[in-house]
Amino acid sequence: MADHAHHHEESFVSKFIFSQDHKMISKQFLITAVFMGIVAVMLSIFFRLQLGWPGESFAILETFLGKWAPGGVLDRNAYLALVTIHGTIMVFFVLTGGLSGTFSNLLIPLQIGARDMASGFLNMLSYWFFFVSSVIMIFSLFVEGGAASGGWTVYPPLSALPQAMPGSGMGMTLWLISMVLFVVSSLLGGLNYIVTIINLRTKGMKMTRLPLTIWAFLITAVLGVLSFPVLVSAVVLLLMDRTMGTAFYLSDIFIGGEALDVTGGSPILYQHLFWFLGHPEVYIVLLPALGISSEVIATNARKPIFGYKAMVGSILGIGFLSFIVWGHHMFVTGMNPFLGSVFVFTTLLIAIPSAVKAFNYITTLWQGNLRFTPAMLFSVGLVSTFVTGGLTGIILADSALDVSVHDTYFVVAHFHIVMGMSAIFGMLAGVYHWFPKMFGRMMNTKLGFVHFWITIISGYGVFFPMHFVGIAGAPRRYYDYSAFEYLDFVMDLQPVISVFAIVGALGQLFFLFNFFYSMFRGQVAVQNPWRSNTLEWTTPVEHVHGNWPGALPEVHRWAYDYSNPAHEEDFVSQITPAIPGEEIH
Amino acid sequence: MKLLILLVVVIGLVAIVQLAKVYQLTSSLRARREEDISEADNRLNGGLFLAFMVLFYASVIWLVVRYGDYALPSASLHGEAVDTLMGFNLAIIFAVFFLVNTLLFWFSAKYYYRPERKARFFAHDNRLELVWTVIPSIVLAVIIAYGLSTWNQMTGAPAEDALRVEIYSKQFDWTARYPGNDGEFGLSNYNLITPTNPLGIVTAEGLEASMSEVEKSIAKLEKELKHERGHLLKEQLELEAMLHGGDHHGDHADHGHGVDHAAVEARLHEIETLLEDESSLTILTEAAYEAKEDKLNRLKRHRQRLLEISEFNYDGGLSAWAAGNDDQIVKGEFHLPVGREVEMVFRSRDVIHSAYMPQFRAQMNTVPGVPTRFKMTPTITTDSMRYITGDENFDYVLLCNKVCGAAHFNMEMKIVVETQEEYDAWIKEQKEYLVKEESEEAPAETADLEGTTDKTTASL
Repeated sequence: MADHAHHHEESFVSKFIFSQDHKMISKQFLITAVFMGIVAVMLSIFFRLQLGWPGESFAILETFLGKWAPGGVLDRNAYLALVTIHGTIMVFFVLTGGLSGTFSNLLIPLQIGARDMASGFLNMLSYWFFFVSSVIMIFSLFVEGGAASGGWTVYPPLSALPQAMPGSGMGMTLWLISMVLFVVSSLLGGLNYIVTIINLRTKGMKMTRLPLTIWAFLITAVLGVLSFPVLVSAVVLLLMDRTMGTAFYLSDIFIGGEALDVTGGSPILYQHLFWFLGHPEVYIVLLPALGISSEVIATNARKPIFGYKAMVGSILGIGFLSFIVWGHHMFVTGMNPFLGSVFVFTTLLIAIPSAVKAFNYITTLWQGNLRFTPAMLFSVGLVSTFVTGGLTGIILADSALDVSVHDTYFVVAHFHIVMGMSAIFGMLAGVYHWFPKMFGRMMNTKLGFVHFWITIISGYGVFFPMHFVGIAGAPRRYYDYSAFEYLDFVMDLQPVISVFAIVGALGQLFFLFNFFYSMFRGQVAVQNPWRSNTLEWTTPVEHVHGNWPGALPEVHRWAYDYSNPAHEEDFVSQITPAIPGEEIH
Repeated sequence: MKLLILLVVVIGLVAIVQLAKVYQLTSSLRARREEDISEADNRLNGGLFLAFMVLFYASVIWLVVRYGDYALPSASLHGEAVDTLMGFNLAIIFAVFFLVNTLLFWFSAKYYYRPERKARFFAHDNRLELVWTVIPSIVLAVIIAYGLSTWNQMTGAPAEDALRVEIYSKQFDWTARYPGNDGEFGLSNYNLITPTNPLGIVTAEGLEASMSEVEKSIAKLEKELKHERGHLLKEQLELEAMLHGGDHHGDHADHGHGVDHAAVEARLHEIETLLEDESSLTILTEAAYEAKEDKLNRLKRHRQRLLEISEFNYDGGLSAWAAGNDDQIVKGEFHLPVGREVEMVFRSRDVIHSAYMPQFRAQMNTVPGVPTRFKMTPTITTDSMRYITGDENFDYVLLCNKVCGAAHFNMEMKIVVETQEEYDAWIKEQKEYLVKEESEEAPAETADLEGTTDKTTASL
């Protein structure tokens, strides 16, 4: 504490707003992401009302959406805008910015034993780019013509031609600008994470002793740094097609009564560029969640994570493979069938490291001593959704089968379970687990239990039935299915799905209440509440600049010495030196 | 239903208030630390995992029983292979799904925390890990090999005698085109699209007509721009200044040197004549002038693109321009003979659409500027399928499955599969393109769709 007194008094602005302290920045990311998440969930409830009870009037829609829902019935263009912005916010702002931004920032310096990020300034910039990008994305909901409406992938020519739909006007331009700023934020963050992990590990923290969270964040950052620039080029070229008369993605188009003056571009080029990011993006979202759950499961099973080396290997394998599979999003674009076969092969290979991960998690639970904290519940839930959702990927990766379920509800079911639910579960697990580290207080566990059980039941309730809707041949992004008689018999699932969605959304109130209330009134945390091995729990509860008041800790062992028979306690902190005769990892 | 939702909301809020109280109580009592999960809670959560598993499996089985019979049997030859492959994959997936989830929830329930116990220190086991690396690899190898063999079967070259049909998409409807007696589609080009030529089929006459229309528009615009009063007056002043410039600025003795006086005077004279002809003078704002200039440039490039449409011959000497004369264009529904392979060629006018034919297990995107293809052989006629499903109104559909705008969900075309004889009779009745041009084509559904589009645009 004496050390603390040496620090000069910080102004409110430099402490809470333009802070360069990684712990504060991580809180900023988390709170922004929570806000964006609330918006995205609300948007989904709005369109779920239309899908559950097509054409019915809901006063709540008119209250929130005004002219977008005249008479309480959602407008068709507005429906597409809601779907698009829901997807965009969830994928990028909540599960990329929110997840990596929060936990990479919080945990990298704390778990590797560093005073802060390599560059606090870049880190601050990363948050503020993220913030401005979020503001622009939200703002785009209110412009003339409405927000971008071409789906979160914004394929041209639809997104390139303002005359194609109202959402391809100002809203689309703002979407693209927001996305460029978002990528800048991701790149600044990612570079910083990589540099910090490589250079600032404390004494004894060999790469082979890194907690799996850090491995996951490292590979995530590498994926981001390699793939986001490609998205930015895709987006900038699209912006140029829209505003400067170029034709990167446009050719041979007749719309609005005239032949457009653009030739030589290819709409498919955009898809290649987009999915070159888009597929690694899935793992940018998923890997941090898997990293978090590895840490949470080991801690709360009071057991070493099973097969540490295999876990690291599978993260590396997934990371590498994720760059050579993007074509599986494009089997029905007219791609050469042989090229399609190559993507089938590479995509299905990803199932191998994924299977290794799943079985290693399960073996970690076997003969463990499982302490069901809310974080642990969400981590176990994650393993289930990761497996359930991952398995249906086998069908989508098989081009011959993809042809009949491509762009149907089957896809919606698949990625919401494997990427949406898993990543959200990972994020929530992270919040419950590291809340004491972030805010110095505990969240209420009972509320956490209720939150988890509502979330997993409603989550599966929403997305599992969608497999059947999809296999029956229902296309996604349809405003209304009543014209198609062959779908009538699965459409009675739609109201069920919507009810689960509403219940699930309301269930999140337990979390929000717990989160904000505990921030100020929660039980004051002790230093190491979960009796965990990793370094962040050796720092004082009260945040200090530089994380450790005295010298940096020295690491003597790996992060997973739980229930090591050579020790009496069921955990051995990484800073504990080897006892005589102990063989150490 | 609304009542139900309201009820859920109210119950939710009440629950929140109650829980806030619980929270207050538990935290104010400080009887326990939040991180100390009681044995009862651990046992309860473990048990809940088992209960959840049972509930989850029961729901899954109910869904499979109730909705798993998605088949409508496949109505195409490759579709049967696809369905078999799907069944094979689903069997593996369900097996792994049940196995892994059961282990997960079972272990969760069994190994809940008991203070007196210590977990087993079990950090790795190479043999075990090898097992679950090798077994999935073998299973996946089988899945890949089986999947790709079906894929190759689906995507091989179409038969020589396959029927060819072109499917053309635009916001928000479909058009089908048959090649007619000559068996070849006429060349088509988006620059030739007009209300009477919705596919832009190239014929010598059509090209000539388009060309003369473009020429006419160019001439009209050029004339308007040439006679714009403001620009003429401005040019006049500039030219006069050029002629007399030297007089006003003595220091620039050589100003005006090199100016072709004769040419300038000729132009001045021309401007005067133009200005005198008041009836054809136009007056435009600067912005309007620029817009017209822009339009003129675009028209010129349009003319250039028309000039670049070249004529070539198909094998057998048939001109690609002449091949379009007997093409048959149909909207609303198109027919296919059962048992004959059909090669579909897809084109799009405006944005990417996707031709999705769920009962045929077929799908292909339609991409502006890039024709795509898909081949299939229908195996069940519409009539037989009506018999099989017991639904006398059953129809095969072609839907749009790539979001394409407001009426995306409403973009369908009916597919009728019938016997060769029925098909022959039907195709004979379809008008040939050149014949069609004479009649007014105003299909009711097009008008209707465009009407709704306007409405949607207006509402935003």
